[in-house]
Amino acid sequence: MAEVLVYVDHVDGAVRKPTLELLTLARRIGEPVAVHLGAGADTAAPVLAEHGAVKVLTADAPEFAEYLVAPKVDALQAAYDAVSPAAVLLPSSAEGKEIGARLAVRIGSGIITDAVDLEAGDEGPVATQSVFAASFTTKSRVSKGTPVITVKPNSAAPEAAPAAGTVEQLAVTIAESSKGTKIVSRTPRESTGRPELTEAAIVVSGGRGVNGAENFPVIEALADSLGAAVGASRAAVDAGWYPHTNQVGQTGKSVSPQLYIAAGISGAIQHRAGMQTSKTIVAINKDSEAPIFDLVDYGVVGDLFDVVPALTEEVKSRKG
Amino acid sequence: MSLRIVVCVKYVPDATGDRHFAEDLTVDRDDVDGLLSELDEYAVEQALQIKEASDDDAEITVLTVGPEDANDALRKALSMGADKAVHVEDDDLHGTDALGTSLVLAKAIEKTGYDLVVCGMASTDGTMGVLPALLAERLGVPQVTQLSEVSVADGKVTGRRDGDTASEQLEAALPAVVSVTDQSGEARYPSFKGIMAAKKKPVESLDLDDLDIDADEVGLEGAWTKVEDAAERPARTAGTIVTDEGEGAKQLAEFLAGQKFI
Ligand SMILES: Cc1cc2nc3c(=O)[nH]c(=O)nc-3n(C[C@H](O)[C@H](O)[C@H](O)COP(=O)(O)OP(=O)(O)OC[C@H]3O[C@@H](n4cnc5c(N)ncnc54)[C@H](O)[C@@H]3O)c2cc1C
Ligand SMILES: Cc1cc2nc3c(=O)[nH]c(=O)nc-3n(C[C@H](O)[C@H](O)[C@H](O)COP(=O)(O)OP(=O)(O)OC[C@H]3O[C@@H](n4cnc5c(N)ncnc54)[C@H](O)[C@@H]3O)c2cc1C
Repeated sequence: MAEVLVYVDHVDGAVRKPTLELLTLARRIGEPVAVHLGAGADTAAPVLAEHGAVKVLTADAPEFAEYLVAPKVDALQAAYDAVSPAAVLLPSSAEGKEIGARLAVRIGSGIITDAVDLEAGDEGPVATQSVFAASFTTKSRVSKGTPVITVKPNSAAPEAAPAAGTVEQLAVTIAESSKGTKIVSRTPRESTGRPELTEAAIVVSGGRGVNGAENFPVIEALADSLGAAVGASRAAVDAGWYPHTNQVGQTGKSVSPQLYIAAGISGAIQHRAGMQTSKTIVAINKDSEAPIFDLVDYGVVGDLFDVVPALTEEVKSRKG
Repeated sequence: MSLRIVVCVKYVPDATGDRHFAEDLTVDRDDVDGLLSELDEYAVEQALQIKEASDDDAEITVLTVGPEDANDALRKALSMGADKAVHVEDDDLHGTDALGTSLVLAKAIEKTGYDLVVCGMASTDGTMGVLPALLAERLGVPQVTQLSEVSVADGKVTGRRDGDTASEQLEAALPAVVSVTDQSGEARYPSFKGIMAAKKKPVESLDLDDLDIDADEVGLEGAWTKVEDAAERPARTAGTIVTDEGEGAKQLAEFLAGQKFI
């Protein structure tokens, strides 16, 4: 069976969930070979094997952390040369897309980004994309070269499928020209203890209606009662009420959880672009004409300062 | 010394309009108004600020690859304050994908001459966010992308990239390709004077021959990717909407429990 390269997104060997989803999708079109760059391969390899990686190619070099993107492209290209895969899959993060794009130029291949599903086709893998703020669903394939496809988080449920996961060291030469963009310093983001926004099963978001940073704890309390991540509209972020990293939408994160709760958010097209594919959508807004109500499975016309705290209490008491 | 800045701007269908596909599965541009991609306004803004802060003579060229109407996007950028424009226009470009677009942009940028290329973080239609990386790879220069803060001094570009897990401070020597996010700073509105001045600014038109690109390397036929199907997402079935008269939270909790979320 043809091999499929899967680029591993991880933090020091802690494999992030979108990569496990990629392994699941990769098995539909071939045998997954995982590419793990940087530290922590020992920790990652068993997890990758557990989810179907027949092989784990690893490389570590200081350049991966010292320079932006390009050294990782050199390494992925080395893996590509070593394996001659039927496709290359990467997560649809900013970095995943940039690595995929540059690899595509080097190997003369087309690239599809933000796939939400993947299946085998007669002429190679067929990717589903959700475009124009999720108002259209397209099916596309790469018609020249080896398909390079980036996949959005939450596009598949990770399935365990134990495989050999043989670890092999990858020989990588990092070109001088790949050291163009120096990472001078790095400030890690502090963890909130809440689930990762793009990976969460439930997201509770607040918008301009939350009316101040001091009120965001109302949103956080509901999120915590549901074990959810917290999101925000750009209006709330621009006002400085919540960090930009929590912005949901076209220029923020795109989320696709089982449940999305929007409180005090009107539902502008750019916000919808980031949440419209959520399975179940709930809105709380005091304006019955707000466009968000066109999307909802359940909507409450009301003041969020009444509804959200009361809902939090309901959730807590039902969960006992 | 002079600093040559090229800003790549895309002409896109208005996101608040009824965007859809034509029969050949390319974007239907006839039915929806087009405009300068809002995210590229941020790129123009940063280029203007870099020029204003520069000790050298700086010159800003805005570049687009697109149909005749894409001229509107160039005019907008010129009225914001860019100095001149380049429009790559050719019937054979219809249906070009990201790899093809990056090829055309790279050739046009090389022909124009550059020290710095500034792009938006993503277009508001394709939203791939890959063009700046593709350009850096094709031009063989550093990519300094997804910046929420950018400055240029002493032949170097520096900026802050806010990633998923960390915020990074980046640095590269010119020439380089930069992309900026909508966190980089609000774009200015064209002044009346700017709009009048824009009418007199030069717009150079280039076709594929001018760039030594074969027609079969671009367009729908030359594309590296193929759209096989595009279907409008079925309208959501109307949801239940209740008005809170004291029971709203309870009713919502019932719904959530029914869906097994609690
Ligand atoms: C290029 C570009 C990119 C963008 N990217 C994004 C993006 O990624 N994400 C994003 O969100 N936006 C984005 N935007 C902005 C977007 O267009 C909207 O401006 C934004 O989403 C509005 O946020 P909002 O819904 O919180 O605010 P508003 O539209 O002001 O809505 C606030 C809502 O709160 C309701 N409300 C007020 N008080 C209460 C109360 N007490 N109880 C209940 N309801 C109340 C109001 O009825 C109203 O409907 C982008 C815009 C552009 C131009
Ligand atoms: C809904 C949709 C889905 C698509 N999916 C794919 C796909 O999966 N694979 C694929 O290969 N192509 C795809 N395309 C085509 C692709 O969007 C175009 O080829 C496009 O020009 C490059 O990608 P982008 O617009 O997404 O640019 P992005 O990479 O999002 O744009 C980033 C920046 O590049 C610059 N830029 C982009 N295009 C131009 C231009 N024409 N002129 C000047 N500057 C520009 C701007 O500065 C912009 O801010 C898709 C198009 C649409 C409308």
